[in-house]
Amino acid sequence: MKIKPNLKVNESGFLFDPTTGESYSLNDMGSIYFRMISEGRSPDEIRTLVINEYDVEASTFDKSFLDFESRLRNLRLIENE
Amino acid sequence: MEKKKFEYPVIKRFQPGMPGKSGIQPTLEPITEINNIPIARLQEEYGSPMFLITENTIRDTYQEALQAFKSRYPKVQFAWSYKTNYLDAVCRIFHDEGSWAEVVSGFEYNKARENGIPGKQIIFNGPDKSRDDLEMAVRDGAYIHLDHFDEMYTLIELTEELKMKAKVAIRVNMDTGIYPKWDRFGFNYENGEAWEALKKIAQQEFLELVGLHTHIGTYVMSTQAYAMAAKKLAELALRAEKNLGKKIKYIDMGGGFTSMNTLKGAYHSASDTNPGFNEYADAISFAIMSAGFQQNELPVLILETGRAMIDDSGYLLGSVLATKRLTDGRRATVLDFGVNILFTSFWYDHEVHPGCEVSDYAEETTLYGPLCMNIDVIRQNLSFPLLKKGDPVVVPRVGAYNMTQWMQFITYRPNVVLLDRDGNTHIIKRKEGLEDLKRAEIIPDFLKPKE
Ligand SMILES: Cc1ncc(COP(=O)(O)O)c(C=O)c1O
Repeated sequence: MKIKPNLKVNESGFLFDPTTGESYSLNDMGSIYFRMISEGRSPDEIRTLVINEYDVEASTFDKSFLDFESRLRNLRLIENE
Repeated sequence: MEKKKFEYPVIKRFQPGMPGKSGIQPTLEPITEINNIPIARLQEEYGSPMFLITENTIRDTYQEALQAFKSRYPKVQFAWSYKTNYLDAVCRIFHDEGSWAEVVSGFEYNKARENGIPGKQIIFNGPDKSRDDLEMAVRDGAYIHLDHFDEMYTLIELTEELKMKAKVAIRVNMDTGIYPKWDRFGFNYENGEAWEALKKIAQQEFLELVGLHTHIGTYVMSTQAYAMAAKKLAELALRAEKNLGKKIKYIDMGGGFTSMNTLKGAYHSASDTNPGFNEYADAISFAIMSAGFQQNELPVLILETGRAMIDDSGYLLGSVLATKRLTDGRRATVLDFGVNILFTSFWYDHEVHPGCEVSDYAEETTLYGPLCMNIDVIRQNLSFPLLKKGDPVVVPRVGAYNMTQWMQFITYRPNVVLLDRDGNTHIIKRKEGLEDLKRAEIIPDFLKPKE
């Protein structure tokens, strides 16, 4: 999954998409997922990083990641796959 | 190294000033305890889902309603509308406060008798009273509210056979300026049918005309409609005294006051629009007191208030079974109770609160029940925080009609628990089991295994 170019979340979790004029708000974890996906990290890499650093079970992470990806898809924030 | 706290990742689109397509309400605060009892403890002890009824709310609401009317009208009597919630423990609290019983079937009538209510404190309404039911009511001296001429003729016949007097009133339907007109019940005022019925009763040796009854609808938001109804009944009462020589002892205004639940699709929330007991009491009392009765001969005012009396005392405690995303991107949360148990979700946009502390993030969400049917929707669209499997949810204001109209479908009906004034909990209806449901079933011999 590739996020559209030029999309950056700022420190307060605010995101603006200049191609559509829409803006978004993300919570801390949402911002972290978003940045890592933008940086082009693979799902496996993100999984390892998050599970090592946060108190979360693997199954909960997997669910949250799939859900987050489907949100990005619904909000049309990714490049056509 | 200690790991950091994980929270569920969220991304939300800003919709400046947009309440959402269907007027979405702000996210509701969590309810984590009821009268200082933690939700988690209740669910641990009684399972999920479960209904909780708080005794203090019943008594407080009753007193509030009584005071509203008593401070405006000298003679007031409430009769508890059994169909609204006929769990015996609930009925007994109302009776203990001084309420009579208002029943609409032989089943409800017998329940009232077993709750210790004598016939002279039972109001027997409804279009379906069997001959046996009527006989029981006549022998007990209950107030029989006639719904149609067929019933009147049955009762005339019966009382002549028994050589016993029956105390009767008629139910009157009328135009009060609201829609729908409930003209299928009782005798019509405007076309003269009600007057004909009164004349007929007045000629009967064994019928004693004692009252006039109406029930103009349910969840009636107009106090004006009550004023008009009261005025019409008062007019009939005065006419009966003048022209038939029959003194009407009571005017029964039925039920119908709104609760503070918001109707489905209503734009404003109920608490912003609905009248309270004081406003209904104002309208009704003024209409009767100014109708022309001698002040020392005012009829007793009877009220059969149902939902407004009990809704606030009931809570449904459930939990999340699953969360998913629908194909259009909306979040869906599946709960462990559906329209089978929360029947009133067909009428109301019930408030559904998280039952635990949650993050501030909320999303437009559809809340589904667990039934395998598409109509099993508790809320089509509300702003709801992200809950995970097993998290509790609380639906307040479910005391009216759910514990009578619930359906036994696919699964068992849950425990109903009373939280008393001292903070003790009591199961007042236990969760059904397989044996309860099988008890009434009979398997024909030819379907039984051969010896
Ligand atoms: C005759 C009668 N009285 C009282 C009630 C209670 O009505 P509510 O719950 O609207 O107050 C009903 C409800 O249908 C009724 O039919």
